[in-house]
Amino acid sequence: MNSATVRNLLVRGMLAGLAAGLLALVTGYLLGEPDIDRAIRFEEAHSHEHGVEVVSRSLQSTAGLATGVLVYGVAFGGIAALAYCCALGRVGRFGPRATALLLSACALLAVYVVPFLKYPANPPSVGDPGTIGRRTTLYFLMMMLGVLLAIAATLLGKRLAPVLGTWYATVAAVAAFALVIGLAYAFLPVVDEVPKDFPAALLWRFRLSALAVQAVLWAGFGLVFGELAERLLAPRSGTAATGRTASAVH
Amino acid sequence: MAQTVALPTATTPVVPAKLPLRAIAPWAVFFGVLMLVLLYFVGAEQGATSVFNGTDVHEWVHDARHLLGFPCH
Repeated sequence: MNSATVRNLLVRGMLAGLAAGLLALVTGYLLGEPDIDRAIRFEEAHSHEHGVEVVSRSLQSTAGLATGVLVYGVAFGGIAALAYCCALGRVGRFGPRATALLLSACALLAVYVVPFLKYPANPPSVGDPGTIGRRTTLYFLMMMLGVLLAIAATLLGKRLAPVLGTWYATVAAVAAFALVIGLAYAFLPVVDEVPKDFPAALLWRFRLSALAVQAVLWAGFGLVFGELAERLLAPRSGTAATGRTASAVH
Repeated sequence: MAQTVALPTATTPVVPAKLPLRAIAPWAVFFGVLMLVLLYFVGAEQGATSVFNGTDVHEWVHDARHLLGFPCH
C-alpha cells in the first residue's frame, strides 16, 4: 500500500514535471530565444572561425530547446516527487497541496537560485570553452551544496522545534542555511568570463529570462503536482472520524 | 449526512500520514539515479565530459542548456 503510494506519487511527479516543463518551454521560447539569437549574432561578429553547423538554429531553438526543457522537467519532477514522499507529514502542519508548493519553492531556491547567485546563467559567447570542465564542476557542486544544505537545514529545524518553538526554529535553520551558503560563496572561486564589449543589458535580460524559466517551472510543478497529490491522498489524509478512512490513516 | 460530517475538515488543517522511508528507498535509489542520468545528458554531456563521441547531444540541447543555467561552452 505504501509502496504503491510512492509509485503513484512518482508517476504524478513526472507528469507534473512534464506539464511544468511545457510552461517553462513557452516562457523560454518567448523570453529567452530572442536574446540567445542576439548573443549568437554578437558571437559571429566577433569570432573569426566558423565551425560547421551540426544542428540548425531553427531546430536548436524549437525541438532542441523542447527536448532539453521537458527532460529537465520530468527528471526534476521525479526527484521532487521522491523528496515529497519523504517530506509529507514530516515538515509541519501542511496538507498535501501546501507541502507540494512549499517543496517546490525550496527546490527552486536550493537547485537553482543558490547556484545562480554565484554562477549565473550565461548566453552564448559568454564563457571560455577552455574552462568548461572547471565551470561545470563548480556549477554541479553548487547545486549539490544547495540541495544538501536545504535538507540539513530542514532536519536542523525539526530538531530545534521542540526547544525553540516552530517559528524560532525555522528562523534559526534558515539563518544557518544562509550563513553556510554565504561562506561557500566567499570561498569558492569567482568565474568572470564576460567578453569586454558584450552588451550589459543583453546579459542582464538573458539572466532574468533564465530565472523566469525556472520560476515558471517550479511554480507550475508545485501547483500541478499539489493538485494531483491532493486528489490521490485526500481520502487518506481525511478526517479519522469517518470510519471508512480510519484504517488507512495509520 | 456524510457532508455535514465532512464539512469541518475543510477548515481544520490535517497533517497527512507519513510514508515509511523504507517504502520510499527502493524507488528513490532506482528512479533517483535514472533521473540524475537524464539531468546529466541535458546539462553536461559532450561539454565537460562525454559518454558518446561527437557534439550531436550538445548541439541538440544547446539552447536549453544555456537557458536552464548550465555552463555550455
